[in-house]
Amino acid sequence: MEYFLQQLINGLTLGAIYGLIAIGYTMVYGIIGMINFAHGDIFMIGAFISLMGFLLLGILGVGWLPLTLLIVLIASMMLTAAYGWTVERLAYRPLRGSFRLAPLISAIGMSLFLQNYVQLLQGARAKPLPPVIEGGFELMRRPDGFAATISYLQILIIVLTVVLMIAFTFLIQRTSLGRQQRSCEQDKTMAALIGVNVDRTISITFVMGAALAAVAGLVYLMRYGVIDFFEGFLVGIKAFTAAVLGGIGSLPGAMLGGLLIGLIEALWSGYFSVQYKDVAVFGILVLVLIFRPSGLLGKPEIEKV
Amino acid sequence: MDAQLRPSVDEALPRVGREAALAGLITLALTATMVGLHTVPGEQSRLTLEFRFPEVIMAVVLVFFGRLGLSFTREGFGTYGLAIGIVIALGSLFFPGLASIVQILGVGAGAIVAINALWKIARPVRPDRPLPKSSAQMMDDVAAWVQRKSVPIGGAGIVFAIALPWLFPDRSSVDLATLVMTYIMLGWGLNIIVGLAGLLDLGYVAFYAVGAYSYGLLAQYFDFSFWLCLPLAGILAAFAGLILGFPVLRLRGDYFAIVTLGFGEIIRVVLQNWSTFTGGPDGIASIPRPSFFGIAEFTSAPEADGLPSFHTLFGLEFTPLHRLIFLYYLILVLALIVNAVSLRVRKLPLGRSWEALREDDVACQSLGINRRNIKLAAFTISAMFGGFAGSFFATRQGFISPESFTFIESAIVLAIVVLGGMGSQTGVVLAAILIIGLPELFRELEEYRMLIFGAAMVIIMVWRPRGLLAHREPTVRLHGRHGPKAPPKGGQAQEVAAE
Repeated sequence: MEYFLQQLINGLTLGAIYGLIAIGYTMVYGIIGMINFAHGDIFMIGAFISLMGFLLLGILGVGWLPLTLLIVLIASMMLTAAYGWTVERLAYRPLRGSFRLAPLISAIGMSLFLQNYVQLLQGARAKPLPPVIEGGFELMRRPDGFAATISYLQILIIVLTVVLMIAFTFLIQRTSLGRQQRSCEQDKTMAALIGVNVDRTISITFVMGAALAAVAGLVYLMRYGVIDFFEGFLVGIKAFTAAVLGGIGSLPGAMLGGLLIGLIEALWSGYFSVQYKDVAVFGILVLVLIFRPSGLLGKPEIEKV
Repeated sequence: MDAQLRPSVDEALPRVGREAALAGLITLALTATMVGLHTVPGEQSRLTLEFRFPEVIMAVVLVFFGRLGLSFTREGFGTYGLAIGIVIALGSLFFPGLASIVQILGVGAGAIVAINALWKIARPVRPDRPLPKSSAQMMDDVAAWVQRKSVPIGGAGIVFAIALPWLFPDRSSVDLATLVMTYIMLGWGLNIIVGLAGLLDLGYVAFYAVGAYSYGLLAQYFDFSFWLCLPLAGILAAFAGLILGFPVLRLRGDYFAIVTLGFGEIIRVVLQNWSTFTGGPDGIASIPRPSFFGIAEFTSAPEADGLPSFHTLFGLEFTPLHRLIFLYYLILVLALIVNAVSLRVRKLPLGRSWEALREDDVACQSLGINRRNIKLAAFTISAMFGGFAGSFFATRQGFISPESFTFIESAIVLAIVVLGGMGSQTGVVLAAILIIGLPELFRELEEYRMLIFGAAMVIIMVWRPRGLLAHREPTVRLHGRHGPKAPPKGGQAQEVAAE
C-alpha cells in the first residue's frame, strides 16, 4: 500500500510534467494539424535555460528561494517562447498549405538542429543541478521501515501545474485571444475573413506551447537534477503519446493523457521492469492509435475528400 | 516612370529598419543564454558559468545586417542589399579576433545577401515582361529533364559506379563508396513505402536492425554463412514488416509516422535489454566476413577452412583491398536489384495502386483498390530490402550493437528519400551523395555535421517541399507518355484536352 502510494505520487508528478508538454503538441496539432516534432527539444531548451538561470542567480548572489524560482520561471518561459516563435517562423510558416508531410520533415530537421545546437554550445555531457528544494512530508510508514513520502518539490510541481491549467483554461475559454485561437482551429479561411490575424494567432499558439514546455523543463530539471541535449527526444515522444491518448486537439485530454502516461510509467517501473518502461509507453501509443485513434476525449476525425 | 513606381529609400527605411531591429532583438533573446552562457564543471562537481558575450553581440550584428540587406533587396533596392552583403562578408573576414566558425558564418551570410541582391538586380520585375522564373520553377525544369533522361543518366551512373574501384583504388575511397551505396540501397528500399505509397515511415531502421541481427545471431548460434543468411535476413525482415504492417494499416499520415517511430524504438530497446540473447548494449562482435560466393576466402594465407584464397584462385598478388572491392560490388549489385525491382513494380498494377494511394487515400479506395493489401505489400517489400541492407551492414562492419540503429539512422534515410524528391530514384542517389558523401569529405566539420544536416533538411523543405528532384508524373499513362495526341486518329478536341 505504501509502495503503491509512493508510485502513485511519483506518477502524478511525472504525469504533470508530461501534461504540460502535451498541451504544446495538442494545441499545435489542433490549429495547424501538424506534429511539432521539435517540441520535445523546446522542452529541453527550457530546462537548459532554467539551469543557466539558477547558476546565474547563484553567481549574482540572489539567495531567497521564492524570488529565485520566480525569476527563473519567468525568464525561462520568455526565452523559451522566443525559441518557439522562431521555430514556427523559420521552419513551419513557409510551409503552410504545402504538401502534408513537408512540415513534419521540416520539424524533424528542426529537432536535429536544436539538439546539435545545444550539444555544440553546451557540450554533450549531462548537466547536474544540486537540489533546489529539499525535504517533504512522510505520509505513511510500513512496519519494515519503508515510508511513502511526498516532497515539497512534488507539491510545488502539482500546485504549479494546477494553477497553470486554470489560467490556461481561462485564457482559452474567456479571452478574445482564446476565441481567435478556437476560431482558427475550426476554419482558418473563415477566421481570416472575419478579421482574425491567422499568422499571429498561430505564432501565439507556438509561444504559449513553448512557455508551458519551459515550465515543464524547469520542474523536470528540479525533480531529476540533470539535463542533457538528448533528453527532449524521449520525453517529447512520451508527451506526444499523452496527447494522443487524451485525444489530440483536446486540452483537458492532454492533461489527462499526461497523468495516465505518468502513472503507467511509474507503476510499470515500480512493479515490472524499469528497462522496458519505454516499451510500455510506446506499446500504449500503438494500442491507442489502433483501437481508438481519436483518443479518450477527442472528437472522431471525419475524413473529407 | 520607374522612379514613381518605386517608393523612395526614405519611405522604405523605417519599415526595413523595424524588421531588422526585430530580427536583432529576437536573436538577442535566443542567444543571450544559450550562446552567452557556457555551463562548465566547477568545484565539487557543481556547474559554473563562463560568459561569452562577444559571440552574442556578433550574432545579433550579423542577423541585424543580414535582415537589413534582405529587406532592402525585397523592397527593390538591390544595390543597397548588395553593398550590405559585401560589407558583412568583408567585415567578418577582416574584423580582428574572430573565431574561424564566425568568419565562415559571416562570409556565408554576406554571400547569401549579396547573391540574393544580384539575382534581383539581374532580373528586374517589369510589367511588360513575364515574371522571371523562380528558383523553384527552374528546379522543376531540371527535375523534369532528369526524369525524361533517366535512362542515359542512370546508365552513365551505373558505368561510373562499376568503374569507381579502378578509378580510385584506395581503401578510404572504396570504403566511402560502399557507405554511400549502402545508404542508396536503404533509400531505394524506403522509397517504396515513402515515395511510391506515400506512407511516412519513421522506423525503417527497425528492418535494417532485423536484417543485421538476423545475420549476426544466425552466424553466432548456428554458424551459418553469409550467403545462406542473406536471403534469410531478407525473409525475416519481410516477415517483421508484415507483422508491424498489420496494426498500422488503419492509420494515416502523421499517426502512421509516429507509430512506425514507436516500433523502431521498441525494437531497439528490446535489442538493448535482452542481453542473454542479443548481447545487449555490447552487441555482437566478430561476425564472419563473406566468402567469395563460397568458392574462395579473402585471406592472406593461400588456404583457409578448406577453401583456397581469392588471390591464389585468380593468380593475383594479395591485397586487403580485394575484399573491400568485393564488398563494394556486392552492395552495388544489391542496390541495383532494389532499383530494378522498384522500377519494374511501378509499372505493375501494384505499383500504380501505390501511386494512386499516395495521391489520394480515399479516392484510391473508392476506385476499388484494396488498400490493406497494397499497404502490406509496400511494407513487406520495403522491409525485405532493408533486411538485405542490414545483413550487408553486419558483414561489412563485423560488429553490430543497438547503437547503430537509433532514430537518427531512420531520419537520415528518410532525409535521403525526401530531400532527393519522393519517388525519384535519381534523387535518392543525389541526396545520398550529398548527405553521406560530402560530410565524409569534410571531416574537420565533423562536429557541425548533424547541425548542418538538420538545417539543410529545414531549408530544402522550405525551398522545395517535395524534394530536390521531385517530379511526379505517373509512371504509366493511358495512351503512352505523350497522351492521346500520339495516335494519328486523335482529333483536334483531344489535342486541346491534352494541352
